[in-house]
Amino acid sequence: MSQIRYLPVGDSALTVDFGSEITEATNIRVQALARHLEQNPWPGVLETLPTFRSLLIAYDPLQISFDALCEKLKALTAETTGPQKARKRIFEIPVCYGARFGADLRDAQKLTGLTSDEIIAFHSGRDYRIYMLGFLPGFPYLGGLDERLYMPRLQNPRTKIPAGSVGIGGTQTGVYPMESPGGWRLLGATPMKLYDPNREKPILYEAGDFIRFRPISVDEYYDIHRMAEADAYECRVIEEPEGGDLS
Amino acid sequence: MSMKIIFPGALSSFQDKGRIGYQKYGITPSGAMDAWSMAAANALVGNSPETAVLEMTIAGPILQFTSSAVLALTGAPMTPTLNQKPIPMNASFQVNPGDVLSVGCVTAGCRSYLAVKGGFDLEPVMGSCSTNLKCALGGFQGRALKPGDEISFNLPEATLTESRTLPGISCASDITLRVVPGPQEEYFSENGKKTFYSTAYRVSDAADRMGYKLTGTPVEHNGTVDIVSDGIVFGSIQIPPNGMPMILMADHQTTGGYAKIGTVLTCDLPKIAQAKPGDTIHFTQVTLAEATQLYKEYADRLRSLFA
Repeated sequence: MSQIRYLPVGDSALTVDFGSEITEATNIRVQALARHLEQNPWPGVLETLPTFRSLLIAYDPLQISFDALCEKLKALTAETTGPQKARKRIFEIPVCYGARFGADLRDAQKLTGLTSDEIIAFHSGRDYRIYMLGFLPGFPYLGGLDERLYMPRLQNPRTKIPAGSVGIGGTQTGVYPMESPGGWRLLGATPMKLYDPNREKPILYEAGDFIRFRPISVDEYYDIHRMAEADAYECRVIEEPEGGDLS
Repeated sequence: MSMKIIFPGALSSFQDKGRIGYQKYGITPSGAMDAWSMAAANALVGNSPETAVLEMTIAGPILQFTSSAVLALTGAPMTPTLNQKPIPMNASFQVNPGDVLSVGCVTAGCRSYLAVKGGFDLEPVMGSCSTNLKCALGGFQGRALKPGDEISFNLPEATLTESRTLPGISCASDITLRVVPGPQEEYFSENGKKTFYSTAYRVSDAADRMGYKLTGTPVEHNGTVDIVSDGIVFGSIQIPPNGMPMILMADHQTTGGYAKIGTVLTCDLPKIAQAKPGDTIHFTQVTLAEATQLYKEYADRLRSLFA
């Protein structure tokens, strides 16, 4: 396991760098530290931003110094590297595959040599860990896509991808919480609002949570869509023991 | 108790200290580009330091008032007139119903700020009234002002008892930015670092609230500048593969995949916020200890505006 480094990011932030690998083990360490700081806020720590393998911490230099913060973090990371039990929180995202929502499902069959039923079964058949959020509000970088579903990005990215679109780009899968340009191949779409700035929680999930895609029919898509528009749709959240530890 | 937008200016949006605590969700903080001038405008009208103000870029708006109010203009010097008579910047002034304020154009610098006593009547979104233009969030309907918009004030009316003034900022076209090295300085060769700190860069036309792309001598790297994306702050200096530095500004994306050679000091962010295409930038390296001391002195100066 690589050495943790504490790197200054100007006069009022630092990065806790856990190495340069994208692995689940590294990401779990990032999340463990982020969650600890969220649940036990320190005076002077203003904000944290977890990524694949690092945690950015914004602080107020009038309240805590870089050195003092590093010392506290070192003591803490020594403490949090021990085994810890964690609950796995899974957000179930309903997805209507194909139809008018998955413009690239046909091409995806040619690229993978799979039938559309197989693509849907493989894509919805596992839980994806959210390694980080970025690019757009609530855009999840997900790990663990089935290798049989790897497919290249579009040569000409679309200028407009509708909010809710679910797609694959290279070795990654994800969902667009708001309309955006993008080059991922679209398999389907969710009718639920992943991002709503006026909701108490504008974004429901956090890095470290899991996403599970549940295939739905076109009819169910519109039923959920109507509920979501009326702010009456509640995302199903499943809690399971993770089984692993945080070391 | 409001103002009508007759002409919106080039880019006028409401900003405060920014949306803190949502970067982990991928939401950019936004906020005033020149936090010093925002604070000064608020100080002049007796507001708290981080009350939302109108940030106006290059060409300011023309506004008509429906009530009396106390206002102040700070930041880049523009050519303001009230009912066609010139008025000074960096001084509080009163307007009456029917008055027309034309903020004019910059004579130096890039961004000016308008504060109203008591604040603009805006609904905070995720704890902030800052406009996030990309996500159509916050401020006034999540966007820059348009002709015909009407913005209410929190105070029904206000009268000026005593005008307050503050010194204006200087907006030079050749500036030096102090930088704390890192967090990915090791991606650059000794030659590359020497180039970065010893040659002059020019602000390109691609300079906006998201970031400033610079042109000049490419910064040499040690083979690659691609990193596994990590967090970005206002003032991060990324070097993409072409070697041309890019300074990330208030509307920066939350994470980025290019190595960052250094970070601009908080106290120098107002300087870069006032730079515009064609201006010259020099970088100079300081230690974290020096940067911390400068931060404290800057915070003291900010506080003294409200003493």
